[in-house]
Amino acid sequence: MATRPAGTLYRGKLGMWSWVLHRITGVGIYFFLLVHILDTALVRVSPEAYNSVVASYKTTIIGLAEIGLVGAILFHAFNGIRVILIDYWRKGAKYQNQMFWAVLVIWVVLMAGFVPRQLSHIFGA
Amino acid sequence: MAIIIEQPDAPRSRKGAQWEKRAWIFMRASGIILVFLIIGHLSVNLVLPEHGVKAIDFAFVAGKWASPFWQAYDGLLLWFALIHGTNGMRTLVNDYTEREWLRKSLNIALWVVAATLILLGTLVITTFDPCIDPNVHNYLPDLVCKG
Repeated sequence: MATRPAGTLYRGKLGMWSWVLHRITGVGIYFFLLVHILDTALVRVSPEAYNSVVASYKTTIIGLAEIGLVGAILFHAFNGIRVILIDYWRKGAKYQNQMFWAVLVIWVVLMAGFVPRQLSHIFGA
Repeated sequence: MAIIIEQPDAPRSRKGAQWEKRAWIFMRASGIILVFLIIGHLSVNLVLPEHGVKAIDFAFVAGKWASPFWQAYDGLLLWFALIHGTNGMRTLVNDYTEREWLRKSLNIALWVVAATLILLGTLVITTFDPCIDPNVHNYLPDLVCKG
């Protein structure tokens, strides 16, 4: 018996969602980069100007947001390696799914190292 | 509004194809370099210092940029990250804008922003002067300031 056609909405699996996440994290990192170049440029103005702006990075809310930034950067970095392997490695396309999980494992390990350290900096004396 | 869909088998102009191929290769080459640069950047500024982000101030930057190594490091990060990011944004603009004038305008804006910030950032790194801080000798005792 013939099965019903699946419809026209593309329902990608991990390959699609990793692609979506790569774009979203990329855009987020891009806009932070613009801000970060401008705030660092204040070292050319005066120590007071730079210190007062960098003080906002030391607040609890920005300190927590920075965990999101680092998480986005680490995902984008290692998923980017996965994309390169898909392009250049002979078996890259075959193992793209497994490589996605490898990216997640690396991400969890690095975040497990970073998050407690960052929290101790934010909430420490 | 007319949406122009290119003939899928229409060959790109030779120049256009070369440019897209080079951009594609650049994203991968710079990506690998950036993975190392960014992990080093985050480690040295956020993770390793005793108080992490709270240790960052003018003196911290002056201490780092007293070394040509960190000036070059931050310069490379600036150039690679901004060009990589701008080209990534160009890909998104090309994918999601339907009106040709808007697509062109956004792409021009992206490269103007990139050129401006690369120029600004490079000037900041190369002309940085710790002597604008009157207390500079508290943390850079060997520094000689003119005047």
